[in-house]
Amino acid sequence: MPNLIALQTLLFKEIYRFLRIWPQTLLPSAVTTSLYFLIFGRLIGGRVGAMGGFDYMDYIVPGVILMSVITNAYSNVVSSFYSSKFQRNVEELLIAPVPGWMILTGYVGGGVVRGIAVGIVVMGISATFTDLHFEHPPMIVLVFALTATLFALAGFLNALFANSFDDISIIPNFVLTPLVYLGGVFYSIDLLPELWRRVSLGNPILYMINAFRYGFLGVSDVGIERALIIIVGFIVVLMLWALWLLKRGTGLKS
Amino acid sequence: MRIHQADWVLYFTDTYPDNPIRMKALCLRQLRKVYKNGFEALKGIDLEVQEGDFFALLGPNGAGKSTTIGIVSSLVNKTSGEVSVFGYDLDRQLGAVKRSIGLVPQEVNFSQFDSALEIVVHQAGYYGVRRKHALRRAEECLEALGLWDKRFQPSRQLSGGMKRRLMIARALAHAPRLLILDEPTAGVDIEIRRSMWEYLRRLNREGTTIILTTHYLEEAESLCRNIAIIDHGTIVEHSDMGSLLAKMDTQSFILELRRPVENLPSLSGYRLTPIDERTIAVDVPADLGIHGLFEILTLHGVEVVSLRNASNRLEQFFMKLVDAGRAERTS
Repeated sequence: MPNLIALQTLLFKEIYRFLRIWPQTLLPSAVTTSLYFLIFGRLIGGRVGAMGGFDYMDYIVPGVILMSVITNAYSNVVSSFYSSKFQRNVEELLIAPVPGWMILTGYVGGGVVRGIAVGIVVMGISATFTDLHFEHPPMIVLVFALTATLFALAGFLNALFANSFDDISIIPNFVLTPLVYLGGVFYSIDLLPELWRRVSLGNPILYMINAFRYGFLGVSDVGIERALIIIVGFIVVLMLWALWLLKRGTGLKS
Repeated sequence: MRIHQADWVLYFTDTYPDNPIRMKALCLRQLRKVYKNGFEALKGIDLEVQEGDFFALLGPNGAGKSTTIGIVSSLVNKTSGEVSVFGYDLDRQLGAVKRSIGLVPQEVNFSQFDSALEIVVHQAGYYGVRRKHALRRAEECLEALGLWDKRFQPSRQLSGGMKRRLMIARALAHAPRLLILDEPTAGVDIEIRRSMWEYLRRLNREGTTIILTTHYLEEAESLCRNIAIIDHGTIVEHSDMGSLLAKMDTQSFILELRRPVENLPSLSGYRLTPIDERTIAVDVPADLGIHGLFEILTLHGVEVVSLRNASNRLEQFFMKLVDAGRAERTS
């Protein structure tokens, strides 16, 4: 019988951690996205006109929500797990009868909950700027959960390999942020020249944002089945990789 | 009502129907560790610690103590060899091994943001202790270590001594049968150190097997019944404290004299070394004893006011072994 009390303890600890420091974890996304909606949606968006057959504000809402989910799920796990490594309190888990899959589930679970919590806050803010459409609610919930899981896993791997605080800021700043901004949050890739449109199709975040947008507006630049297969495929690969590294003790044991 | 340590142990371990009782708390066979950089930290050591023992694992820095503890507590992967804890094999029954051990590491390693209570309760949770019981257990442990009043304080605000005691409380959260302490009193003032000793003695009396590493050899001599000395990845001594100290062929003392002595008398069998004009160091062979020394000194008109050990006996033996090892390696 697995030690489920340990998993419950770890999840509780992770969720309580980000709730305790809510001005650092929940508030910044609310402020940033309010500014996005105000500047890009209201001020500039009015001049941009329609995008994909919708008001520009309506068009960017799903992408902005998912952007918050991605960055928060990732940063929650990378900062929490790396801090545990740095302060060496991860040893509390390593010496206890807590298997690797449970450590992974506990940290990733914390990241998913924060990602979704921030997503809901940002969705609430967006509702004050525009009327939200919910064309395919189950798709919204599915992409919400899968994307949060995927980036929480990515954050865990980043923390596992990190040896310094620099290492946990390089990937978010120089890889994640460009991919998110170039992933069709603010535009449809149909606006791009053919070459860049094809290049954009190599960006996995594009598929997540479009699948999410499909849930809200019923439109997407890419096929939904393909988007879901890509998201689930990445989750499976990252999860197996993380479990293998935990079993070996990479980044944790000498 | 205070719950006896043995009852907690029974409560937390009775889920193992085949739980062996009265056996070796720890057994290492040909344990070897080679780090990635090629450094061989352990060269195939054998070690046994009996259940109920208070055991000292000593050695100079870099000797292999922390590597040994790291392997036993699953923080370091062994290269080869066998480890069993209360009969449970580390490779095949890892869960049972982990449940049997409580670890107090050398360096403070809890979250600086969590309160003392959270730290102990979470640790109990990781061992599968339900929150209701974990809270009760945390109260016991924190109270016993004088930290209950500080339970809501973030751990970073605790003093150095309190942090050390909190690490002991955390290690006891799941009532382990074997408690491993890696230099638990480093940097702790003498008053707190002695209260920690008293608490550890009580735990041991109540049935917890304790393995201690320390640089305070007085601590090891005072607390431990059995001892192993490790140097350069090899066990160089493994016996009970009494037999080990009996091996000492010479003891050193410092004598304070009533009057200054210009020329020290030459005493057959004893080696006298002046420290200042009214203080001398003397090496006393075990077969001659100290009584004869006073007789001879009195005959030479040297009056001794007080006497103390130059260093404690274990420290002298330890240095002798380490120096011998060093000489052997350099020759």
